[in-house]
Amino acid sequence: MDHIEITQSLDHCIKCNVCTSACPVAAVTDKFPGPKYVGPQAQRFRHAGQPVPDESVDYCSGCRVCNEVCPTGVKIVELNARARAQIVAERGMPLRNRIIARAGLVGRLSSGPHAPLVNFGLAVKPLRWAIEQVLQIHHDAPLPPASSYTFRSWFKKHTPPVGARKQVVYYHGCSTQYYEPHVGQAAIAVLERNGYEVIIPKQGCCGLPLLSNGDFAAAKGRHMFNVEHLLPYVRRGIPVVGTSTSCTLTLKEEAPELLGLHSHDVRDVAAGTYDIFEFLRNLYEAGDLDTDFHPIPRELPYHPPCQLRAHRVGLPVLDVLGLVPGLRLTESHAACCGIAGTYGLKREKYQIGMDVGAKLFAFVTAANSDLALCDSETCRWQISHGTGVATKHPIEILAEAYGL
Amino acid sequence: MQTIPTDVLVIGGGATGLGCVRDLAMRGIRSILVEKGDLTNGTTGRYHGLLHSGGRYVTKDPQSATECAHENVILRRIMPHCLEDTSGFFVVTPWDDPSYGDIFAANCRKTEVPVQEISVAEMLRREPALNPQISRVFEVPDGSADSFLAAHTNALAAHNYGAQIFTYHRVVELIRTGAHVVAAVVEDLRTRERKYIDCGFILNAAGAWAGQIAALARVKVTVVPGKGTMVAMNHRMVNTVINRCKLPADGDIIVPIHTVAVIGTTDIHVPDPDVYGIDPEEVQLMLAEGEKLVPGFAQYRALRAWAGVRPLYKDQDVANDRDISRTYKLLDHRQRDGVDGMISIVGGKWTTYRLMAKDAVDEIARRLGNTQPCRTADEPMPIPNFEHRSGNYAGDGAEKLYWLGKPLAAVEQAQAYGDLICECELVSRTRVQAAINSGASNLDDIRRDVRMGMGPCQGGWCIYRTTALLYEQRSAQPSADVTQDPTFNIQHANAALLHFLQERWKGLTPVLWGDQLRQARLDELIYVSVLGAGRLTAPAETA
Repeated sequence: MDHIEITQSLDHCIKCNVCTSACPVAAVTDKFPGPKYVGPQAQRFRHAGQPVPDESVDYCSGCRVCNEVCPTGVKIVELNARARAQIVAERGMPLRNRIIARAGLVGRLSSGPHAPLVNFGLAVKPLRWAIEQVLQIHHDAPLPPASSYTFRSWFKKHTPPVGARKQVVYYHGCSTQYYEPHVGQAAIAVLERNGYEVIIPKQGCCGLPLLSNGDFAAAKGRHMFNVEHLLPYVRRGIPVVGTSTSCTLTLKEEAPELLGLHSHDVRDVAAGTYDIFEFLRNLYEAGDLDTDFHPIPRELPYHPPCQLRAHRVGLPVLDVLGLVPGLRLTESHAACCGIAGTYGLKREKYQIGMDVGAKLFAFVTAANSDLALCDSETCRWQISHGTGVATKHPIEILAEAYGL
Repeated sequence: MQTIPTDVLVIGGGATGLGCVRDLAMRGIRSILVEKGDLTNGTTGRYHGLLHSGGRYVTKDPQSATECAHENVILRRIMPHCLEDTSGFFVVTPWDDPSYGDIFAANCRKTEVPVQEISVAEMLRREPALNPQISRVFEVPDGSADSFLAAHTNALAAHNYGAQIFTYHRVVELIRTGAHVVAAVVEDLRTRERKYIDCGFILNAAGAWAGQIAALARVKVTVVPGKGTMVAMNHRMVNTVINRCKLPADGDIIVPIHTVAVIGTTDIHVPDPDVYGIDPEEVQLMLAEGEKLVPGFAQYRALRAWAGVRPLYKDQDVANDRDISRTYKLLDHRQRDGVDGMISIVGGKWTTYRLMAKDAVDEIARRLGNTQPCRTADEPMPIPNFEHRSGNYAGDGAEKLYWLGKPLAAVEQAQAYGDLICECELVSRTRVQAAINSGASNLDDIRRDVRMGMGPCQGGWCIYRTTALLYEQRSAQPSADVTQDPTFNIQHANAALLHFLQERWKGLTPVLWGDQLRQARLDELIYVSVLGAGRLTAPAETA
């Protein structure tokens, strides 16, 4: 899908307002006029050769609920992301957005043996106020604690079991690498349990934070880097799986569509990439999933993140974890947690993010559980921030069910 | 019957007539303009919106080309808010004679139309949707023009100089005393009241209807109404006017105007300027020709099709209507027909309306002994109230031309997005109210003023809102204008709604497929199924 095709999709809009009614952001703030207005409507007034006429599109969180509900297939989120990129191209990018769009760099600087010090610093209120003043990152925004070791350093020391019959590539992304190595460890354990040798090639940030902050040039560099390093495996028929639904969505669809990248290489990597539960459900459907689970007699609240719903693969977590005896997941049916990657971190958008998430927070709180599940890292941090309830990636529960 | 004395009665509220009344008023000549519908109700409001560089006429009609080239510069100076500087390309496609490119460029130079050849690569950089098989590209200063806004701008300028303008007034009789036309009887179509206008001079600027007016004075003027059909596409796939580099023919131009791209036109002789339809073949031809300029053109969403009638003056035997000169003619009926007190201005095109007015008014002024010079080329015109007050390019004081982003920038600056009546065309409540207050008497008048209902949904969401506003304002405070119906009631509101629905749906029928069919179905559900518009009854007499 190139520029012309995305723009052309605005022709499908019948102005029905379904997107505006469903938009979780428009519901809580007057600063965002809604997806119909900033998307197909405003696009008719934009012209690459003229100054950008609008600013309110910057309040789109990119959660994709509008695309999900649109009855005629308008590429609303893509129109909005493009419009924001045009604003950035014209006016430049604020320092704050430059920083938070570089999740990999920030992670690399914060993680490692000095992580406790960084985490301690970020927990100090006056320091967060200072950061808010200088960088416009809200003082209450949920910043994840950095890990004292990286995932890749753990993997180097990890001894794979002997006798693997098949191979799979694991795309860990920035959050597993720098903040939550335990998610990656659980993924490796589950994949190895199912007879896979897990390969972890060189890889970089998927580029989503750059895309959602409008730095398309940098995002293109990231995507092509990943394509280059994943392609040799994809070409050999080895699937790529990821535990971050937003990273995998970016590899599959977001980067190629928004950046207009359509080479065979890009398409092959997109076609060979899977969300980990999508992959596991495929295994199950082929009769290849080890279903020898320990019972987990628990009822847990589960929030399928917007980015997972955008994969259009149903809810594979419910399908796979439904196989674990005793385990019952209740689905949130909430549109969005409000964080939308880096959106809810921003000083001017923090409260909007919290208001968007209120419905989800109420659901999690009402579940009266000490644990909630969600596939996406930033959503997990937001849910914990909004409710005080601990959150895990569903893969961690699956590893537990295997007794790993 | 009320008698109103005046120096000059101008007949016709299109571009030409309004240009004339402004010019007359500026020279201190008392004048009245009558129009049987709303301003621009005729051809002016139904043209594709091209501000000619002159390029289209350099070969067949060099005089028109030069006139356009000069007027193009003048109009940018006196009415920049009505014009967008889109620029224009003349492109040689594989279907065109490649040798015409050089002839075209040479003729541009001869006729003073500024022209510059650019590379195909540069063309594709600026307009990536264009056909990469195009072999040559010539750039000229084409633009697009809002003919509705321009008409109201001229009307406001004329009004400020003391002219009177009566819309919805039809000329029912021209009074002759011997060989002199001395007065006209006009009828207010809304109240059926008649006025006797005692005038020194009649200026017939009725365009395609000029023959009918002349006939009232028992003078024969042959105007060939040439029907031109156009199709508006839902968004601008190009931001530059695109012309085929060949002799003018059907479907050879795409004009980006406001939010749409208009492809035009056909040229079919019709016997009566008030009775014509649009044939499916015409629409098909437009889309097929569009494909040659923009591959995939027929896949874009067609919004609506409509036609206007060109007022082509036929003063000799010309076989093909396209060969009739696009320049204008001033007919002095004293000289031509031995009937004094009336002149007709016929033919021409929107871009040259000011020049036409100047010539006509020069002649009248000479006869009236008025020696004031024409100043219409120098004095910038005022901006009507319902136009955007903000949204100009930020920080650039010199920039007064219209630009595509202006309505969006204006809404954003005022944070008026919660108060939009027409969402597609970004018309806020205050602008609709301003249009009603400035005399719009039905929804179609409001549409012409502010573009309400002209976007993708073709009124699906704004017609009922605007009807409510019209009712609210008209019923609460009967207009000070005596020509307005003082007893606007709910039946009038319903009639306005039905009338507008009919007008919109007429233009939709020729393009009912794909996205627009889906839209029409939704609109039908809103008006017929939810609001029960089918059960509304309109009073017998409606505007």
